[in-house]
Amino acid sequence: MNAHAREFNEAARQQTADLGQRDWIQKALAGYYAKRDEFKNRFSNWQGARDTAAAVKWEAVNHLDRYLDEFASRLEARGAKVFWAPGAQEARDYIVGVARQHKVRAIIKSKSMTAEEIHLNDALEQAGFEVVESDLGEYIVQLRQEPPYHLVFPAMHLRRQQISDLFHDRLGSERTNNPEDLTMIARRVMRRKYCEADMGISGANFAIAETGMISITENEGNARLTTSLPKVHVAIVGIEKVLPRLSDLALFLPMLATAGAGQPITCYNTLYGGPRQPGEPDGPGEFHVVLLDNRRTELLADAEQRDALHCIRCGACLNVCPIFKNVGGHSYGTTYQGPIGSVITPHLRGLQDWKHLSQASSLCGACTETCPVKINLHHHLLHNRRNAIHARPARLEKLVQTGFVFMMRRPRLYEWGARVGRILQPLQRLVRGTILDPLRAWTKTRSFPPLAEKSFRELWRERKKP
Amino acid sequence: MDQFYPQTGMNIVRVLERLGHSVDYPEAQTCCGQPAFNSGYWDEARAVAERQMTVFHDAEIVVIASGSCGAMLKVFYPELFQGHPRESEARALAAKTFEFSDFLVNRLGVLDVGARFSGRATFHDGCHGLRELGLKNPPRQLLQHVRGLELVEMQEAETCCGFGGTFAVKFPMISTAMGEVKCVSIAETGADYVISNDSSCLMQIRGVLDRQGKSVRTLHLAEVLAQT
Repeated sequence: MNAHAREFNEAARQQTADLGQRDWIQKALAGYYAKRDEFKNRFSNWQGARDTAAAVKWEAVNHLDRYLDEFASRLEARGAKVFWAPGAQEARDYIVGVARQHKVRAIIKSKSMTAEEIHLNDALEQAGFEVVESDLGEYIVQLRQEPPYHLVFPAMHLRRQQISDLFHDRLGSERTNNPEDLTMIARRVMRRKYCEADMGISGANFAIAETGMISITENEGNARLTTSLPKVHVAIVGIEKVLPRLSDLALFLPMLATAGAGQPITCYNTLYGGPRQPGEPDGPGEFHVVLLDNRRTELLADAEQRDALHCIRCGACLNVCPIFKNVGGHSYGTTYQGPIGSVITPHLRGLQDWKHLSQASSLCGACTETCPVKINLHHHLLHNRRNAIHARPARLEKLVQTGFVFMMRRPRLYEWGARVGRILQPLQRLVRGTILDPLRAWTKTRSFPPLAEKSFRELWRERKKP
Repeated sequence: MDQFYPQTGMNIVRVLERLGHSVDYPEAQTCCGQPAFNSGYWDEARAVAERQMTVFHDAEIVVIASGSCGAMLKVFYPELFQGHPRESEARALAAKTFEFSDFLVNRLGVLDVGARFSGRATFHDGCHGLRELGLKNPPRQLLQHVRGLELVEMQEAETCCGFGGTFAVKFPMISTAMGEVKCVSIAETGADYVISNDSSCLMQIRGVLDRQGKSVRTLHLAEVLAQT
């Protein structure tokens, strides 16, 4: 077992033992389910909308070369600078370079999982820049020096009291349990930061090829301020975010809001197409778009799992995942948590290091059922398991599986094995739950049924006797 | 089913025979191969699957007591044998294989098997039956026609019980936590029985209920439908 797998197991053990926290996450999601269903029903045909969305993303992802080129050239025509980053290092270096070139003093940033993926804040801070997250949830986890707990709800694991204590300790504010007061505390800090910042960093929810624009969806208005007040705007965009046409947003914006947050539409939906144009009164003087590959093209080359690039990062699969709900977002140790994270992390960061996440699933399929762009998530977990074994079989497990095949291809041996099991069963009962119990992984927390006195095939034989 | 829950099998036979069908049980059958398949050992799974394909080659219809094993034959055998010389045989077996409730409702059009069973029960959707085979309604339709049975829905009916095959012992802490969520939801209904069409889910649910000291009884769908 590698270090990542050990860490995952340890974190999962701690989190599943924390009944209060498990209950909190369940309750936090209950409101989401009700709202999601309410707004899904406002679609005349939600399943049809999923089919359409999957087809649009299929078209985009399978013609990525063409659409990315179109996207980039239209942006450049309006004076934007587009940087094609092969990996995380190149993307970080480029953005740090832009900050240095402009002798930036302060950076404000809106929410971006792609920036999390490349650990952009760490790189900027190491280069001596101050970065402040402007999304409230992100700001809270930044103050706690934690990664986001969930793709969409970064601070969903925290109670108001914890946030109040955090603000009190870090910002010197009065303690309060009133959400509006807590928001106002953060807002006062944030407003000052917007005015001081001379560089704004954002992600993008969609990249529209037809018009060369990025689309950003948010509820707090912070991304608008982040991208329009500072003199430089840098947007970091995963190459899979592309959509062919502007009109595709008519489907994707309500779909993202519904699936992701249980909202009919997110409060602010804005398109950004370049730096300030001649005659325009405001907006950044420079606009950089960093297009990030970071091994997405390897996923693109995998025809079986290519649809994982359809992902619009709505987080719906996390919200329905019984694993996520019981182990929580931090246990994964990845940028992308939940089913989509378990599927793509092995591609982005190495199969052997991250295969345990594909194993940590009961394959229930709730993720695939809910995914608005119809990614075959739980089957991809099976594919990852197969690929991992194929590349590097686990010696002991391989032996067990070979034994399993040997027995299951020989019905008499199988029957004999079951008889032996029945004879040994009383012995297992003596050591049940102890270290000697071969079924300990099960019996430590659950009762185990006895083997029946007579198997079905024995009963069947008796019944057939004349 | 063969080793732990033989009565489930016997009850399926009873129901099918009551409906006028003749049932055979080829004794050369063993396991569908899902444990190997789910663990990533597809070559090994194929070797086991080939054996079952041969055993059931001449059967007219194959009825399975579990949504999970059913999904293995119906959904995953065709994938496992894609591009393999026996692909068409795998597809043929998939087409004639039915999970028990699927066979009764969708193939035979039978909703009322003439069963009588008194008590308050809630139904647990096994994930494979529900999502791979799309069998939300058939077991419920059958149960609604059982005289004396009161069927109540639990909040978490569609939430996984946490079994998941080898997952249950590779990640026992997560599996148990999931089982606890399920069992809390079962208890909330005040039901005397929890019924499912998957013995493996029932083994997990029973296992957790026992540790919680809950007296709710676990029953396979066939055990209810066989009662007259």
